[in-house]
Amino acid sequence: MLKDITIGQYFPGDSIIHRLDASFKIIITLIFIVMLFAADTFAGMLIGVTFMIMSYLLTKIKPKIMTKSLKPVLPILVFTAVINVFFYDGDVIFRLGFIKITDDGIKNAAFMLIRVVALIIGSSILTYTTSPIALTNAIERLMSPLKKLKFPVHELAMMMTIALRFIPTLIEETDKIISAQKARGADFETGSLVERARAIIPILIPLFVSAFRRAEELALAMECRCYNGGEGRTKLRQSVVKPHDYVALIISFVFLATVIATNVILK
Amino acid sequence: MAILKTENLTYIYGAGTPFEKTAVDNVSLEIEKGTVTGVIGHTGSGKSTLVQHFNGLLRPTSGKIFFDGQDIWKNKKAMPGIRFKIGLVFQYPEYQMFEETVYKDIAFGPKNMKLQNEEIKERVIETAKLLKIPSDMLNSSPFELSGGQKRRVAIAGVMAMKPEVLVLDEPAAGLDPAGRNDIFELIRSYNENTGCTVIIVSHSMEDMAKYAEKIIVMNKAKLYCHDYTEKVFSYADEIAKMGLDVPQITRVFSQLEKDGICFDKKIYTVGYAKKKILEYLGKKGGDRIC
Repeated sequence: MLKDITIGQYFPGDSIIHRLDASFKIIITLIFIVMLFAADTFAGMLIGVTFMIMSYLLTKIKPKIMTKSLKPVLPILVFTAVINVFFYDGDVIFRLGFIKITDDGIKNAAFMLIRVVALIIGSSILTYTTSPIALTNAIERLMSPLKKLKFPVHELAMMMTIALRFIPTLIEETDKIISAQKARGADFETGSLVERARAIIPILIPLFVSAFRRAEELALAMECRCYNGGEGRTKLRQSVVKPHDYVALIISFVFLATVIATNVILK
Repeated sequence: MAILKTENLTYIYGAGTPFEKTAVDNVSLEIEKGTVTGVIGHTGSGKSTLVQHFNGLLRPTSGKIFFDGQDIWKNKKAMPGIRFKIGLVFQYPEYQMFEETVYKDIAFGPKNMKLQNEEIKERVIETAKLLKIPSDMLNSSPFELSGGQKRRVAIAGVMAMKPEVLVLDEPAAGLDPAGRNDIFELIRSYNENTGCTVIIVSHSMEDMAKYAEKIIVMNKAKLYCHDYTEKVFSYADEIAKMGLDVPQITRVFSQLEKDGICFDKKIYTVGYAKKKILEYLGKKGGDRIC
């Protein structure tokens, strides 16, 4: 079912990671990504992965949910790994016709695999522990310097909030429409490719109609409450930066520094 | 004989996630052929989830469903056939319309049944007539109609499949009082004319008192009771405690009973109440008043 999609979903909880300020969490995630790409050696990668596992353990989210988020990207992972194994020059270990496997190829494939998996898990930790509202507020805050360049930061953040807010609603709606059309005997599972593509029409049209209806209603409701953009707008929940936010930031900088240090030392 | 039967039906949403919720909890019931059954319950009591099991849209976490004595999950290949035999009209069915004309939209179900064109045409015209959809409306776009008309077209789309059991989830939600009565009258006459078993999900006791022979009361995912309408309303007080409204007339009479004027306990329609009051006054020599 569509409801099983977990990527980008928020799992409410009360762990240290949940309580971290969202904009700090975004910065820490960025530092983590830099860490993964800066790591040139296995030792450096190991440090990055340790950082990720530590943060994950602090979230207290079930491992089952975590592995679920990797499932949809599995084909991509396998694909990248295979490409890397076969298309790298180096000392040939195995050869069959024009296919050859080199030691550098295997090394690169393993590196790539760890990097991508860590990337997905790391960013999942961010979205799993941060409510969409907190996330967009944080993005708005982080991007606020761009306001000076006449960049519509608030409008962008509002659009993101609305888009995120409506993902579950539209998923639910799609589920309902699929069920309703199934109840009228629509068949989505069998038939040729053309027939299956055709079978989507009874889902798409009602979905579009309802999305437009919702958009219109929402716009009207916002106007009724005198929404007129970000100018002079205040927030109900002001986020307050606490000492532990800085501690978390410092820890991640230390990890980044260690990763870079291993590069320099081991090279 | 029971046309639909559930055995220890349980359904859990989002099993294994923090959002896990038991929507239907160990429900066993039997629905007789040709009856009109009302399913009532508070929002979130599991009534909509329950009826989505009847035509196999949801697969029970545990328990079984039988249609005409057959376990519907035993043979997966028979599932499309089951969906044509048990028609389900969703809440706000007008939101599933997608064709350019009303005719085509009603024909969607019969077309999926792979019927001949003439048969489809016959069925569309017949159902349109049954639901008082004027024939000139058949060529207009379903998106141009009024709310009540859209609702009738959407219901016609399911009725045109000629199901043996018709399940309607809140068929009158969001309609004005005249529209409500129209829909319920049409459903009732459909039941009388075709002998089709009808199951109506609703949270309006008032409507169910008027139209249903038997009532299933759902409370917090559990089956509270399943009985003849008059019996169900004799538990008026317990039902009111669940946050459900009993018909106004029943409330008037249960208050009268508390004040010491005893009537028959099973008063739930205005017509019956009138008869009883006249009888009561007649006994007391109140003919003059009438």
